[in-house]
Amino acid sequence: MDQNSLLFAILLGAPLVGFFINGLNFRSHNSKLSGSIATGAAIISFIAAALLVKELIHLPPEARQIKSSFFSWMAVGDFSVDAAFLVDAISAIMILVITGVGSLIHLFSVGYMAHDEKPAKYFAYLNLFLFNMLLLVLGDNLLVMFVGWEGVGLCSYLLIGFWYTDPAKAAAGMKAFITNRIGDAGFLIGIFILFLTFGTVTFTDLLSRLPSVAEVGWTGPITLASLALFIGATGKSAQMPLYVWLPDAMAGPTPVSALIHAATMVTAGVYMIVRLSGLFVLAPNAMLVVACVGAFTALFAATIGLTQWDIKKVLAYSTVSQLGYMFLAAGVGAFGAAMFHLMTHAFFKALMFLGSGSVIHAMHEEQDIRKMGGLRKQMPITHATFFVGWLAIIGFPMLSGFMSKDEILWKSYSSSAGHPLLWFVGVVAAACTSFYMTRLMALTFWGGSRVPKETHPHESPPTMTIPLIVLGILSLVGGWIGIPHVIGALIPGHPENYLEHWLAPALATVPMEEGSSILEFSLMGISVSLAAIAAWFAFDFYVVHPERPKAVAAWFGRFYEAVSNKYWVDEIYQARIIQPIVDGSKALWAYVDVGFVDRLTYFASDVVLGAGGMLRSMQNGRTQQYALYIALGLAITIYWVLVG
Amino acid sequence: MLLSALIFLPVLFGLAVLALPKQLVRPVSLALSLVHFIASLLLFRNFDPTSAGLQLVEQKPWMPDIGITYFLGLDGISFWLVILTTFLTPLVILGSWKSIDHKIKGFHSALFFLTATMVGSFLALDGILFYIFFEASLIPMYFMIGIWGGARRLYATVKFFIYTMFGSLFMLVAIVALMFMAEQQLGQMSSSLLDWYKLEIPFVGGELLSTQTLLMFAFALAFAIKVPMFPFHTWLPDAHVEAPTPGSVILAAVMLKMGTYGFLRFVLPMFPEAVDYWTWLFIFLGVVGIVYGALVAMVQPDIKKLVAYSSVSHMGYVIVGLFAMNAFGTTGGLYQMLNHGVSTGALFLLVGMIYERTHSREVNAYGGLAKVAPWYTIIFLIVTMSSIAVPMTNGFVGEFLILLGLFKAHPIFAIIATTGVVLGATYMLWMVKRVFFGPESAMVKEHAAHGGMDLNWREKLVMAPLVTLIFWMGLFPNHFLNYSKSSIDHLLENRMHYQLQVDNSSSPLKVVDQRGVN
Repeated sequence: MDQNSLLFAILLGAPLVGFFINGLNFRSHNSKLSGSIATGAAIISFIAAALLVKELIHLPPEARQIKSSFFSWMAVGDFSVDAAFLVDAISAIMILVITGVGSLIHLFSVGYMAHDEKPAKYFAYLNLFLFNMLLLVLGDNLLVMFVGWEGVGLCSYLLIGFWYTDPAKAAAGMKAFITNRIGDAGFLIGIFILFLTFGTVTFTDLLSRLPSVAEVGWTGPITLASLALFIGATGKSAQMPLYVWLPDAMAGPTPVSALIHAATMVTAGVYMIVRLSGLFVLAPNAMLVVACVGAFTALFAATIGLTQWDIKKVLAYSTVSQLGYMFLAAGVGAFGAAMFHLMTHAFFKALMFLGSGSVIHAMHEEQDIRKMGGLRKQMPITHATFFVGWLAIIGFPMLSGFMSKDEILWKSYSSSAGHPLLWFVGVVAAACTSFYMTRLMALTFWGGSRVPKETHPHESPPTMTIPLIVLGILSLVGGWIGIPHVIGALIPGHPENYLEHWLAPALATVPMEEGSSILEFSLMGISVSLAAIAAWFAFDFYVVHPERPKAVAAWFGRFYEAVSNKYWVDEIYQARIIQPIVDGSKALWAYVDVGFVDRLTYFASDVVLGAGGMLRSMQNGRTQQYALYIALGLAITIYWVLVG
Repeated sequence: MLLSALIFLPVLFGLAVLALPKQLVRPVSLALSLVHFIASLLLFRNFDPTSAGLQLVEQKPWMPDIGITYFLGLDGISFWLVILTTFLTPLVILGSWKSIDHKIKGFHSALFFLTATMVGSFLALDGILFYIFFEASLIPMYFMIGIWGGARRLYATVKFFIYTMFGSLFMLVAIVALMFMAEQQLGQMSSSLLDWYKLEIPFVGGELLSTQTLLMFAFALAFAIKVPMFPFHTWLPDAHVEAPTPGSVILAAVMLKMGTYGFLRFVLPMFPEAVDYWTWLFIFLGVVGIVYGALVAMVQPDIKKLVAYSSVSHMGYVIVGLFAMNAFGTTGGLYQMLNHGVSTGALFLLVGMIYERTHSREVNAYGGLAKVAPWYTIIFLIVTMSSIAVPMTNGFVGEFLILLGLFKAHPIFAIIATTGVVLGATYMLWMVKRVFFGPESAMVKEHAAHGGMDLNWREKLVMAPLVTLIFWMGLFPNHFLNYSKSSIDHLLENRMHYQLQVDNSSSPLKVVDQRGVN
């Protein structure tokens, strides 16, 4: 085994070993021991990832690929798939984020799950998730990616329903798995189309066999495959119309929400499209669908976020919305911007989820922000780090979220695949984001306290605050590796957009309009000012004049009702899709199986029994034997008819 | 002699257990079934996976006047099915250690006879011999359900018997017709499959009643009922619900495979034109079976019935795979037969284990089982993952290859069949949620109070080989597929003029070392 294969083996193997150690010892109550094992495994994995990336950096930019094949998984006919792994510029970012943020969240969990009944099981699942997530991003072909893709879904199912004695939590897990399965079915069809068209499922071979001319229309194999794969992405990355599982997924332990449902798993769909950017750019219609679904989801989820009262639900809808931005970027061909936002979002959203976990922990499992307020005094570190996350997500200039979001907005305006309307939707969604995040900050940390008397909030232990601080720093400065050119040009030393340089050889491109820097600055100015105004309104509503929101809600009337009920999407799905399927299935059982096929059988058997009874009365009841004679007689007759 | 031994050893065992004192029946049966399994492992030594021909052939005249021979042979199509059968018998005996508590001699004897007839069906290469084994397997199963079954066992056995007999009669007619046809074309009557493959059976395209079509449907009906394909499936849920656990396991894991095996051995190679003409019908019924079985499984209040309907859905996958008629689909179909044997066999065993404790199979009576039976829950979840084809389990390999093959041949049908991926997850996980999660139900609490809800060592021992296989087959499918590859390729390439050679190169004494992996 050469050195790189060894690194791959450690990278993937460490969490797997951690899973087995904790999994076989699943009854253990020792959260310190199981937590240390799992966190250790994650850190070992992170070190291996860093070493692999270091190897990658030493390679010349066009040859930045390290491959390692372990064994032949499936070989049937001309279909052959290896358990093979690939790290390149794209997956390098992913493995660092997954194992890095993953390690921090493991560490956070040690404190968070300290009083849980079954910490070993929790940490086993968490390690298993890391393993599957790494499979997903490292797979050198679509099938290994799919293994990880379903594997993370399984871990998500297990972890959402971790406290399974609550039927609602078990149901949320099930909903997540089944909704994801709808997407997975699309993913499978995408794989079929690509394999049958290009004869391979390996990424590098596939991209090299693609034609050079883009497809027109909707029915070409590339367009169909891209759309089918995008269905898979809407499932995993919670986009319209399959986003409904993600808000419910908040039933899981909060660190899980941070790791799986914000930083890593839900970005898999974006990663998949970026990985196949060469394919998607050849299907402009599919790209348009991706961009529109992304933009629409970004706005749609942001509006729902405006009215939620559960701290985690606000963050969940925010995640759906931010993922929409990433798809918007991918859809307009700004794949680098999509990866950039994926990374910064992993920092600030993981930060805020962990922050909310810290708050929920301190509030004794209370998640309703109406019962919080003024927590900045009791929880200074949580507040300070959450504050950084808040600034990042609302796009405060020079923080990570600002850099990546404004790059997306600019590209959606200037790209040849973009449109000013897409930019506009993005900017409105950004204003909504700024409003609901400020509202969340205000209701949770600022203003007067509404905490019930019997609860005594306290700052969390260091295992929980250290990850917050690290993620806070990353949210603050993480954006500088992808600093936009126009801003870089103004800053002393003119820092380059390192991320773009790093990713460029691995990505397909869509022609971008050069655009003047004045235009870019103006658009940036508009989005920043709108966000600032929205933030000011939220501050005014929830800190300065707490009586105003009610009046405004009343003024919006029916619209407010629709938004606060999440547009009744769950109810519509239940009434129009799920219930009819269940009722229809009951009808099939009652009318087709019992009512029709069985009746026919009874009729046939009555005839047979009648005949048998007749024979019995005649010939002493050796029915069996007579059946044979009948058959033989029948056989000879038929033989004459057919052959003779 | 090895193949004959594999058929007649269990017959001997079945007689021997009748002579044993009662307290020895279980351990001795277990030991004997292990002997049988180990004997079947000798096939690995003597089978050459690179050859598409028939191996280990035994052929002796039986009724020479009408061309019936005692003719056994093994190829890549039957190889794993034989191993699957011998593998399951010890597990079933160990699994029913406690649940079968009366007439245990008769039970174990019936089980051995059943094993013999099933192995015989997979090895027989003479039409009449096959028919005898195929039919004879009904008798022990009939008794198993009828004596050790549940409350409505008589209804279920009669239904089961009438259904299958009905189908078999048509097959018998077709067998006789083929024997006469052999006389006409080859100069003498024969029921050897190798001779039947040589027949030119008249087929007129577009004509509903040409000879080949009629014969094809005669065989297909018998096998379709056995599989069972929609709409001939309604015997299955009743038979499963009334059958004792070991009966359900054998029925689902092996007997249903006799139907799909029949398609592969008889229908596809013998009636190629008729099959080509009617492929759409089989694919259509297979796809309907996938979706219909899954939908009806979803609303079953009885866990065992749910698993039974899931079998209808899974066997639908096998059928569409076989009839996709390309390397992916047919290989996937064959693999799915084994997968279904492992995972559905495991599911029935698991349902039986909990039934022994609570005497209930009502989904709604359960709840919160995960809390009181953690090992049981873990294993049940693993088997569930296999059943809904999560990657890294065996189910995924089969389902993926089948859907890929079907997509290649009939994309629209494949898209409809892919909904089964979602529906399968739905009915299984919904059941898992209601049975294992949530607060403990009154019934679970009551039984948990006595303790002993979780698996004991014996039950873990039963499940361990199955769980191992689930991952082994999921991670290293090549280890298994290599044995069938040559035969499947041979079938697909030469289907229109299929011939099967007797491969004499691999004598039972010769050690074959080309068992290459990959």
